Amino acid sequence: MMLRIAFRNILRNARRSTMTVLAIAVGVIALLVFGAYAQYDLYLLQTTAVERSGHLQVSRAGALDFGSGNPAIWGMGDHQAVMQLIAGDPVLAPMTAVLTPVQFLDGVAEYPPNKLSRTFFAAGYVPADLSRLKRWDEYGARDPNMSTRGLDPSDSSSGIMGLGFARLLGLCRRLHLRCQDPPANSPIHESAADISSLPSQDFSGLAETAVPAAGHGARATTIDLLSATASGAPNIVSMKIGRVEPQGSKEMDENYLQLNLAQAQQLVYGRGTHKVSAIILQLHRSEDTATGLARLKALIRQHRLPLEAHDYYEINSYYGQTEGFFNAVFSFIAVIMGVIVLFTVSNAMSMSVVERTDEIGTVRALGVRRGGIRRQFLLEGILIGLLGATLGVALAFAVTGLINISGMTWLPPGDINPIPLKLYLVGAPGLIVSVWAALIVAAALAALLPANRAARLPIVDALRHV
Amino acid sequence: MAESNPVVRLTNVARTYRAGRLEVPAVRGVSLAIPARRFTTVIGPSGSGKTTLLNLMGCLDRPTGGSVEIAGQDIGLLPDKLLSDFRAHTIGFIFQAFSLIPVLSAYENVEYPLLLTGMSATARRRATLDILEAVGLTGQQSQRPNELSGGQKQRVAIARALVKQPALVLADEPTANLDTVTGATIIALMRRMQTEAHTTFVFSTHDPQLIGHADEVYAIRDGILVDHKSEATP
Repeated sequence: MMLRIAFRNILRNARRSTMTVLAIAVGVIALLVFGAYAQYDLYLLQTTAVERSGHLQVSRAGALDFGSGNPAIWGMGDHQAVMQLIAGDPVLAPMTAVLTPVQFLDGVAEYPPNKLSRTFFAAGYVPADLSRLKRWDEYGARDPNMSTRGLDPSDSSSGIMGLGFARLLGLCRRLHLRCQDPPANSPIHESAADISSLPSQDFSGLAETAVPAAGHGARATTIDLLSATASGAPNIVSMKIGRVEPQGSKEMDENYLQLNLAQAQQLVYGRGTHKVSAIILQLHRSEDTATGLARLKALIRQHRLPLEAHDYYEINSYYGQTEGFFNAVFSFIAVIMGVIVLFTVSNAMSMSVVERTDEIGTVRALGVRRGGIRRQFLLEGILIGLLGATLGVALAFAVTGLINISGMTWLPPGDINPIPLKLYLVGAPGLIVSVWAALIVAAALAALLPANRAARLPIVDALRHV
Repeated sequence: MAESNPVVRLTNVARTYRAGRLEVPAVRGVSLAIPARRFTTVIGPSGSGKTTLLNLMGCLDRPTGGSVEIAGQDIGLLPDKLLSDFRAHTIGFIFQAFSLIPVLSAYENVEYPLLLTGMSATARRRATLDILEAVGLTGQQSQRPNELSGGQKQRVAIARALVKQPALVLADEPTANLDTVTGATIIALMRRMQTEAHTTFVFSTHDPQLIGHADEVYAIRDGILVDHKSEATP
C-alpha cells in the first residue's frame, strides 16, 4: 500500500514530478557521458602506453629514477635468465602476452646531406615482438593513426621514425612524405649546420664498430645516430629509415625513434657486453597488472635479484596524472549534479509535505507511526530518484550511441592528428551502477529532511491544516 | 468489555495551549465517563473546546492535566509508538472534511486501517467488502474520492472508521459539510452502524438532528462541562 500511495502521489503531481525526474536524469546523463568520455580517454592513453612499454617492466634497481641519465650503465646483463624465470613462472606465464627485452637510449641524430641534426630518444625492440606489442588493444581504443607494423626483422639497421622527426631533418621531399621540409632560408639551417659540421668530421673515427651503412647515396635513406657508451666514449651507428609513421603526440613524433634491439645495443654498449634496459611484460588483460606486479616483486625478493619491477602507472606518470585530472573533474561535476538533485528533490518533497499535511494528520490518526510517515516520503523520494536515474541511464546510452555513430573526431591535447570521438559507456557497468545508485541515494537524502518534518508534525496541527 | 466499564473516562482533564507567553485553556477540569455502546454527542458553541475534547479522547493530543482513559487504557502513560498502535486497533475516526486519502479508491481507503492491524489479506478483503456493502457503496468501491459526492465520501469515512470494529468511534462534526438531507441520511447510517457494530460513538456537533439521535449529550462551554443528559439504555 505504501508503494502504491507513493507511486500514485508521484503521478498525481505529474508536472512537478516530471521536472524533478528530468533534473535527476540530466544529472545522470552529464555524469555518464563525461564518465564515458574519460573512460575512453584513459583506455586510449593506457593502450598507447601498454603498446610501447607493456604493463610491467623489470629493470635494475634504481633504473626508473636514474636510468635516463645514462642508460648504458643501468643495463641488465643477465636478462635472458630473468626472462626464463618469468616465462616459467606459473602465475606470470599464463597472463603474459609478450615478454621481450628493450633498450632505451638517447643521443643526437643527423642527416648529413642536409646538415641537419637533432636530439632523440629511442627504444630498441626485438622486431617481431614490437609488432606484437603494438597489436595490444584490449578495449578497442587504439589510436587509428598509429601503425601496428613492427621493425624489419631481416635488417637490423632498419628503424622507425616519427613524421615530425623526418620533417625536422628535412626528409619530407626525399621520402615523399606528407609534410614540408624547412625552407632553405630557415634559421634551422644556420644553427643545424654548426652542430652537424663538428660530428661530420669526427664520427667515423669515433665509431667503436664498423656498422655497414647503406650510404647516403644509396637507395635507402639512413641517418647517423650518435650516443655515449658505458665507458663514456661516443659511438655512432647508421640507422636505415625503414618507415616513417606518426607517433601520436608532438613530443614523441619529433623526438622518438624505434630501433632494432641489436642496433640499439650496438650503439649503447659498442664492443662491450650487450645488455638491456628492461624486460617488458605485456599482459593479456590490464586487470592482471596488480597481480603480475606483486608476483614479479615476490620473484625478485625470492631470488635476491638486484632488480625492481614497475607497472605502467609508475612508468608513465602522465597516465596517473590524467586519471587524477579526470577524477577531479568527474567529482566536481558529481558534486554540482548532486547539489542540484538534492535541492530539486528536497523542494518537490517539501511542497508535497505541505500539500498533504491534512493527509499526514489523517493517517497518523488512523494509527500510522511517525516512522511510517517518514518511510512514506522517503519512499517517494527514492522512487523519484529511481525513475530519474533509470531514465538518465537510458538517455545516456542513447546520447553516447549517437555520438559514437556520428563519426565525430577530436584532437587530444598534444596530439598531431584527430582521432574518432568515442564514449565508452557499454563497457563501464561500474560507472553506470555507481552513478545510478549515487543519484538515487542523493534523492533519498534530499527527501529525508521533508520526511522527518512530516513525521514530526503534531497530529492535531496537521488535521487543522487547510 | 463489561457494561459497567466506561469506554471513555476523563478525570479532571485540562488542555492548555501556549501562544508565546500567553496560555490559552481549551479544556478545563472536565470529568466524564461514557458507557460502552452509547451514541454520544458533545455540543457547544464554536471555540468551546469540543474538538479539543474529542482529540483527547482520540489520543491525538495529550492533556496538560488530569487523566484520559480509553477502553481501560490510561493514555498518558503510552509512548507515541504505542499510542499509534492503540489508535490503530481501538479508535475509529470520522472527520468533518472526510479526510480520505485522495490517491486511493474507496475500497483502498476502507482497507487502509486494516493494514495497520496486521490482518490477513483474505480477512481484509472480506471485511472491506462487507462494510462497503453495509454503507451502500458496493458500486463505488473502485472510485477515487474526487469521483464521489460529499455523502458518498462520508459513507466511505464511516466504513473506514468501522471496518476494524473499534471500541470507540469519534466523529468531529460529521454532518457539517453536508446538506440537510444528506446529513440526515448519514446520521441514520451512523446510528444503524453503531447499533449493528455494538460500538461506542462520540461526536461533536451543532446539528439539532444529530443531537436528537443521541443517547448521551454533553454540553461544553469555555472548556468546562456544563451539562449532561442521558437517555435510558435501550
